[in-house]
Amino acid sequence: MEHIYMGEYDVIVVGAGHAGCEAALACARMGKETLLCTMNLDAVAMMPCNPSIGGTGKGHLVREIDALGGEMGVNIDKTFIQSKMLNTAKGPAVHSLRAQADKNRYHLEMKKTIEHTKHLAMRQIEVTDLIVKDGRVCGIETKTHTWYQSKAVILATGTFLRGKIFIGDSSFESGPNGLAPSNTLADNLKKHGMALRRFKTGTPARCLGQSLDYSKMQEQKGDEHIVPFSFLNDEIGENQISCWLTYTNEDTHRIIRENFHRSALFGGQIEGIGPRYCPSIEDKVNRFADKKRHQLFIEPEGLDTDEMYIQGMSSSLPEDVQLAFYKTIPGLENLEIVRSAYAIEYDCIDPQDLKLNLEYRKIDNLFCAGQFNGSSGYEEAAAQGLMAGINASLKISGKDPLILGRDEAYIGVLIDDLVTKGTNEPYRIMTSRAEYRLVLRQDNADQRLTPISYEIGLATQERYDRYLAKKLAVSRETVRLEQKSVGPKDVNDFLIAHDTSPLQTRTSLADLLRRPQISYADLAEIDDETRPHLSEHEITQLEVQIKYEGYIQKQIAQISRYKKLENRKLPQDFDYSQMEGLRIEAVQKLNQIQPASVGQASRISGVSPADINVLLVHLEKQKRKGKE
Amino acid sequence: MEETIAAIATALGEGGIGIVRISGSQSLSVLNKIFRGRDLQDRMLTYGHIYDNFTGELVDEVMAVYMKAPHSYTTEDVVEIQCHGGIVSLRKILSLTLRNGARMADPGEFTKRAFLNGRLDLSQAEAVIDLIQAKSDASFDVALDQLEGKLGNTIRSIRAELLDILVNLTVNIDYPDEDIEEMTYANLSDGLKKVRARTTQLLATADTGRIFREGLRVAIIGKPNVGKSSLLNALLQQSRAIVTEIPGTTRDTIEETVTIRNVPVILTDTAGIRDTDDRIEQIGIMRSMESFQKADLVLFVIDGSRALDDSDDEIISSLENRKAIVVLNKSDLPQKVWKEDIAKRLPQSHIIETSIKEEQGIGKIEEEIEKMVCGGQVRQKNSVMITSIRHASLLEQALGSIDDALSSTAGCQPLEFIEIDVNHAYELLGEIIGETASSDVIDEVFARFCLGK
Repeated sequence: MEHIYMGEYDVIVVGAGHAGCEAALACARMGKETLLCTMNLDAVAMMPCNPSIGGTGKGHLVREIDALGGEMGVNIDKTFIQSKMLNTAKGPAVHSLRAQADKNRYHLEMKKTIEHTKHLAMRQIEVTDLIVKDGRVCGIETKTHTWYQSKAVILATGTFLRGKIFIGDSSFESGPNGLAPSNTLADNLKKHGMALRRFKTGTPARCLGQSLDYSKMQEQKGDEHIVPFSFLNDEIGENQISCWLTYTNEDTHRIIRENFHRSALFGGQIEGIGPRYCPSIEDKVNRFADKKRHQLFIEPEGLDTDEMYIQGMSSSLPEDVQLAFYKTIPGLENLEIVRSAYAIEYDCIDPQDLKLNLEYRKIDNLFCAGQFNGSSGYEEAAAQGLMAGINASLKISGKDPLILGRDEAYIGVLIDDLVTKGTNEPYRIMTSRAEYRLVLRQDNADQRLTPISYEIGLATQERYDRYLAKKLAVSRETVRLEQKSVGPKDVNDFLIAHDTSPLQTRTSLADLLRRPQISYADLAEIDDETRPHLSEHEITQLEVQIKYEGYIQKQIAQISRYKKLENRKLPQDFDYSQMEGLRIEAVQKLNQIQPASVGQASRISGVSPADINVLLVHLEKQKRKGKE
Repeated sequence: MEETIAAIATALGEGGIGIVRISGSQSLSVLNKIFRGRDLQDRMLTYGHIYDNFTGELVDEVMAVYMKAPHSYTTEDVVEIQCHGGIVSLRKILSLTLRNGARMADPGEFTKRAFLNGRLDLSQAEAVIDLIQAKSDASFDVALDQLEGKLGNTIRSIRAELLDILVNLTVNIDYPDEDIEEMTYANLSDGLKKVRARTTQLLATADTGRIFREGLRVAIIGKPNVGKSSLLNALLQQSRAIVTEIPGTTRDTIEETVTIRNVPVILTDTAGIRDTDDRIEQIGIMRSMESFQKADLVLFVIDGSRALDDSDDEIISSLENRKAIVVLNKSDLPQKVWKEDIAKRLPQSHIIETSIKEEQGIGKIEEEIEKMVCGGQVRQKNSVMITSIRHASLLEQALGSIDDALSSTAGCQPLEFIEIDVNHAYELLGEIIGETASSDVIDEVFARFCLGK
């Protein structure tokens, strides 16, 4: 059938979830004419699972997305209804911000931003095929027999691709949250030689808040002092709601156990691989049989709805069983379910088929992001979307890709893990995945990433100016604190009052700040009029840098060693079987993954230190031959 | 900047002098910490002494030379310490360089650096690759060799304890909201102290050399009741193996370390090789074959008073391509086996007639061992010793990281700082046994804790 030509764009983004939105905004903001395609405009930036953004590791990602000029941090600052800094009992490197979102407002605000962004068009269309010529993607076709031309395409199909929902023994083709699945596109991607596999995830039931008895639960309030996600914001709104904590009990577990056989998960209908960190309640009861209770949180889905998210209780058991076991939980006795828990299975790719710039190795200018790459989570998706958008824009401008190192960003860790190591389950970021987490803090994400983004034309002037101002303020104040000395007479009462040992000789304010008992705010008491007024973001970074200087320096030394191998670039599309001296397993892995650098090669399982030395010798050989 | 590396540059036992080589920007400062003598000048051989700067003890009388970059083999700052060629001295000096900031060189690393720094020309690239591969393979053999045993198991069990701590730290850091037991500084400290004690214990044994038992591996093989245990005892000059007239008395392998004319030797007395239905004896024979495979040198004992039989023939055919000393024993009795017959069948071997009972010919065996080693006819399979120093150095570094973690724990520092040191110790121990998988922790976290929304 003849398709109707509908126009030309620089970049076409398929899917408007968290990855797609960031990808499209990044392209448009970098001046590329961009088309964002979604099957349903009411599902733009939809949060089909938990109603929160951030958390450990994830909060870091959001800060980094923001520092790079992405939208997630700004959008959650506009639409949060409760905010909490997690891990404050631990050190600054793992402080993690998490905010409860008003889901609907989150969607609406993101949609509004997209509607008002220059160079960005958005259409409700179903993309059914890619147009690939000579190994390069150059457009898309739609269900309504139209086609669009483009220089690059970004696939961010989330869980829609051949989506299938499971509730008990019933299963049906569906995208998330009752939306239509995308089946034709999946078939056509295979036709283009893309290998697809099945992953699985799930979500708990939603219930009405009015049916709950909160007197039987523990209230979970937000922080009194709210820290914004975005470096552009100094102050944002207030907490509007509380969350609630309650627990399962032996009764709950008994009902679940008696009905194991009715779960889609144990019945064998589900072929996809689910994430270990997001187990369903039947999985928890099964695997941790000796655990007497499991906790669950009741979290509001927004201000304009009474719907509550039952965190910790995803399930693929039939609806009658769901209702029965939920009702055994204190506070949930009269529970009214409005949406059932379900498991969903979908098609995705093996991320080892990607290059580090998120381009599909076998199809030029085709970029991939989000759950389609085998990750899980809104934040992980957004981070990849942003990077796919940036790299698609750079590629069609003929510029070098932007690859963030493992020493530069959690985003770098995330993408390197996916592409270099691959994943056997939906991938979630964790702070323990980062080798250099003392340096990759959320307080300094702007210092690490904003100049990079400004350089490639994404971060705005305002963002860059704020970055510079903060940098200057922090370094000036650091110098002042190092230079300003105080004597025992001036400060010993203060020190004793703060439970720390008095001074014998004069010392600097910086040295006092290095004591665990003393905060920057405390110092005001013994400081003078030269003390500047610093913003919240500035104080945090200053404090962390001074207090933990020794540890941070140690890590910086490790990074410089890591960098050496990262900087040794390897040729692309290279046949490693020609390289004498490599072991067969190494040849296979190197041929498959085509690492960009010796450093990346060293992280591939099956490539030994001796293989790396062989690579180095060959590189030197090539270099000298080039000179001859 | 490249790290500073060190290694023993000479083959063991091949002469009176051994060389420890250090390369990298810290070379001179490493040397200066342990060397007392005249100030070193560029490319001037200088006389002095090496002292253990931790104990103050004198280690060896040496000649040291400093070659300033770029005029050296690797084109980096290089220091070479020439000392007495014995294993003890070389080992001690290498350990000292490692404890003072150098890192143990990887297989072929000096040559690799020489090539990468432009010192070797392009035509030598293949040779460099061969070297890296060959040396890695050899040291891999050695690693496996040692790791089948107790050392590997001990390290695995210490690692398991560290993993336990790591998993708890990780869960506490990454899952603050979950319903899990909070890690207190007190139980963190208890756990770390336990690991510390075990690591220290292991290191102590490394110092006396008993865990690695470095030296030349010599296996004594032969049929039952030809005098293998008597030979072992004679070489040890003490009675350790039980000697009886009943064939098959030695049912297990017995290992003893002894210094024979300055060559450190690990003697393995094996169960006699013969066809047998006795299950326990069969196991012993299997072990004999194993230690025979691992040996650097074989002492094949034949009873000269009995004609050769199938069992002897079997051993002879398995010795065809190997260096061996054939001990033609019981020369005090009427002979049925002749030296010439053996020489024809094993032309590479040296044949020595002995009567161990009468203490005849034992000196000749010792002499032959020394000759073969010092004449370069027998090399240590790569160098168990170097690997062992590498292990000791890794253990020592791991101990350092555990100490750092302990002091951070005592200071109630944030968990994520402590985790870095614990993780580092875990990785270092993993390097010893060749396990570097970093997904261990995450796998364990999910296996042990019920987490997630």
